[in-house]
Amino acid sequence: MSRTFVIKGARILGAQPADLLLRDGVIAEVGTGLDAAGAEVVDADGLVALPGLVDLHTHLREPGREDAETVETGTRAAARGGYTAVHAMANTHPVADTAGVVEQVWRLGREAGYCDVHPVGAVTQGIAGKQLAELGAMADSAARVRVFSDDGHCVSDAMIMRRALEYVKAFDGVIAQHAQEPRLTEGAQMNEGEVSARLGLPGWPAVAEEAIIARDCLLAAHVGSRLHVCHVSTAGSVEILRWAKSKGWRVTAEVTPHHLLLDDALVAGYDPVYKVNPPLRTAEDVAALREALADGTIDAVATDHAPHPAEAKETEWDCAAMGMIGLETALSVVQEAMVETGLLDWAGVADRMSFRPARIGRLTGQGRPLEAGSPANVVLYDPAPRTVVDPSQFASKSRNCPFAGLELPGRVVATFLRGRPTVLEGKLQ
Amino acid sequence: MNAAFRPAEPAAPRPAEGADGDAGHKAVLEAPDIRRALTRIAHEILERTKGAEDVVLLGIQTRGVTLARRLAARLEEVEGRPVPWGSLDVTMHRDDLRMRPARALGRTDLPAGGIDDRVVVLVDDVLFSGRTVRAALDALNDLGRPRAVQLAILVDRGHRELPIRADYVGKNLPTSKRETVRVLLAENDGRDAVLLGPAASPPPGPARRPAADRGAGR
Amino acid sequence: MKRHLISAADLSRDDALLVLDTAEELAQIADRSIKKLPTLRGRTVVNLFYEDSTRTRISFEAAAKRLSADVINFSAKGSSVSKGESLKDTALTLEAMGADAVVIRHGASGAPHRLAGWVRGSVINAGDGTHEHPTQALLDAFTMRRRLGDLEGRKVTIVGDVLHSRVARSNVLLLNTLGADVTLVAPPTLLPVAVDSWPCSVSYDLDAVLPKSDVVMMLRVQRERMNAAYFPTVREYSRRYGLDAERLAKLPEHAIVMHPGPMNRGVEIAAEVADSPRSTITEQVANGVSARMAVLYLLLGGSEPAIGAEVPA
Ligand SMILES: [Zn+2]
Repeated sequence: MSRTFVIKGARILGAQPADLLLRDGVIAEVGTGLDAAGAEVVDADGLVALPGLVDLHTHLREPGREDAETVETGTRAAARGGYTAVHAMANTHPVADTAGVVEQVWRLGREAGYCDVHPVGAVTQGIAGKQLAELGAMADSAARVRVFSDDGHCVSDAMIMRRALEYVKAFDGVIAQHAQEPRLTEGAQMNEGEVSARLGLPGWPAVAEEAIIARDCLLAAHVGSRLHVCHVSTAGSVEILRWAKSKGWRVTAEVTPHHLLLDDALVAGYDPVYKVNPPLRTAEDVAALREALADGTIDAVATDHAPHPAEAKETEWDCAAMGMIGLETALSVVQEAMVETGLLDWAGVADRMSFRPARIGRLTGQGRPLEAGSPANVVLYDPAPRTVVDPSQFASKSRNCPFAGLELPGRVVATFLRGRPTVLEGKLQ
Repeated sequence: MNAAFRPAEPAAPRPAEGADGDAGHKAVLEAPDIRRALTRIAHEILERTKGAEDVVLLGIQTRGVTLARRLAARLEEVEGRPVPWGSLDVTMHRDDLRMRPARALGRTDLPAGGIDDRVVVLVDDVLFSGRTVRAALDALNDLGRPRAVQLAILVDRGHRELPIRADYVGKNLPTSKRETVRVLLAENDGRDAVLLGPAASPPPGPARRPAADRGAGR
Repeated sequence: MKRHLISAADLSRDDALLVLDTAEELAQIADRSIKKLPTLRGRTVVNLFYEDSTRTRISFEAAAKRLSADVINFSAKGSSVSKGESLKDTALTLEAMGADAVVIRHGASGAPHRLAGWVRGSVINAGDGTHEHPTQALLDAFTMRRRLGDLEGRKVTIVGDVLHSRVARSNVLLLNTLGADVTLVAPPTLLPVAVDSWPCSVSYDLDAVLPKSDVVMMLRVQRERMNAAYFPTVREYSRRYGLDAERLAKLPEHAIVMHPGPMNRGVEIAAEVADSPRSTITEQVANGVSARMAVLYLLLGGSEPAIGAEVPA
């Protein structure tokens, strides 16, 4: 017996207040003065209603590293962040490179029930970059995989990359590339530049990302395939994407919240909470990424939520794990970096965090407009309060949050997954 | 060996508390008194050491060094031959190091003949608790084995905390423990005087540079 | 409160001069029959060495012992705890021992910063990865000052693998603080890409720079760098960037030659240059003890440290 909700007075995508009636998993009606027998009323005065967020890039760590995160804890974190769908990256143990593993992850997501889990399939067997994984089998499995990525590793072999791009055309798949030229980044620890020179840490040059993106755009154009670029981090990458898009090539890209807000000056204290791949770049790169997200050159915000146990970060910098968690802070960071700066309005946020990522992942039941007939995937968000980020309150199993101690705006008040609240009054249900 | 790097500029005179204005400070000795006191000490040294044949004067940084140099000059005037003198920095041997931030070191300079089998006369401006002299005796221990060690002091203000007494005293000055005694010397402070002040001002911060007179003994 | 010496940038000009002046006074002690001072009696100094460096460890050990500190040598190299969480665990152990100062040598850049967050005592960086080695820079500056006097306006040329050199990083910072003009000379592959943000000049031409140098500091070049294409062959490297007798002759009369050691004779420095009277290489070793005594005294001798940085720079 499903519950019925009337959301009163929410600003839909930041526009004028309206009511939403959620019944039987769909948005039954949008209007004013709505009411329904037996409906629970949610007072949304002052809240913004957004479509449930869709993450193209989440590391749920299960199977294999359940000490860092599980599908259940990761999706609880996602729900608290306003997400109704996440794409679970393939670099698990074992790697999600077979129908069996992707179906297992997909099923764990269904059982947990906090948000839809769409497994990303590995491009190559064991993400070793040598032989294609059974991409078709994963596409045909119950998990219906459409996004393929060796994330964590770059598909650096140009021939393998070309074949992968071509092959997934058969089922309208997309290759999500972690763009990192391996030889240029051997032993790399942080962005190569002024700060790395001073700190004596081996540099991860921007060109190592840009060279792969340029190559892959050309390959995608050549074979007429879809390319998605993961976690774009440099101003140069933005230029290349802008050029590729101007040609009409089928290239999309994502940026992480941390690359929109943080820069490499933070590494100065060698605290590995700031260690991530690709690394935090310069303030100029941050500005270019914001602009590119605003003008649509970058299509989506994707968290690259990468949980790690405490001991993986409580070490010297060079042996610390790379990655940051981000599901529970993404919307606040985007508000801070994009909305407060006037670069995006709430409709733009909905586009970059829900509509477009759903389209890239070929999800039909997610990223739909907030109108009658759409699945009832809704976030109610209060943009007003500013609070200091306290990772001890997170639902994620891990605490490697680079925003800890920062004051950020906004709070997810409620998340509805097909009409069922996963978060209500800020609390997991 | 170290001559090359010695900074050219003389140590800047430290503005002594009350040096200007002297609010609440009373001059108990003026320049002529100090001159007379040193002359008297010089004669006593000659008397006690039978002509100061084996004497080495070692001034304790900072003002003790100035006094040792003056005493050496007096002795030379009388005896017609130079009396070796040098400087001793006792910072590293102090027992109150942990009570303040680490401070700059003064120079320890022994005259060429060293101190072995000599009569070392330690020279300092004020004798108070005796702890500085204790530190100086320890420091001497590392530098050699004098035949005897004596102590010359410009002002003895009492309140000893150790069994130490001076062999030569310029002036005995009864004080209360809370009072301050400040010796000013022209070479360090621009004028000669001994000031008696009311209560101690808060302790000075760490010395940033060696304020010591770096005069080398000869 | 000041506390640590992790980067040469932790030292203000006054701090640096105080260390050098103090080292000068302490250098006298090396000439005495009794080389010991009671100053740090009751203080505990831990030498925490994750890399083999007998020379640096012995130098710190001698410095601490001459000041009567209790010295604990903790060699983590080769033991099962050499990476990862072990640094934190070790830090907690040192805390329990009541270490007043930890002298740390570590292969990872930034390890002293991490340690500083986990212990209450002073952290002294004895070389971390390719980051810094501030006491080496202090002893180098001390050596230069003893030979040449005030460093203000002196021209110091540092030659070699700057990219991987903690000695170069610390020297550039400290010498700049002390008013010297530093020029780095190296093949472009062995300079950081952002070297133009450093307070120094850069040249690729050693011969052009030598006649204007008061000091030439040769850095060790590892042969293995050749395999990563930093330079084609050792022969070409030493022809273009090595200091031989012919190049030595181009230096002004008063100029000195330095090397932080250990040397690759015949690669970056010719044997006859290393052994020439202009070379300060053996003095550098002796001066290291004085400079480190000065640092230990100024950090541990008083109620609170007189130099260094509150939080790691
Ligand atoms: Zn990635």
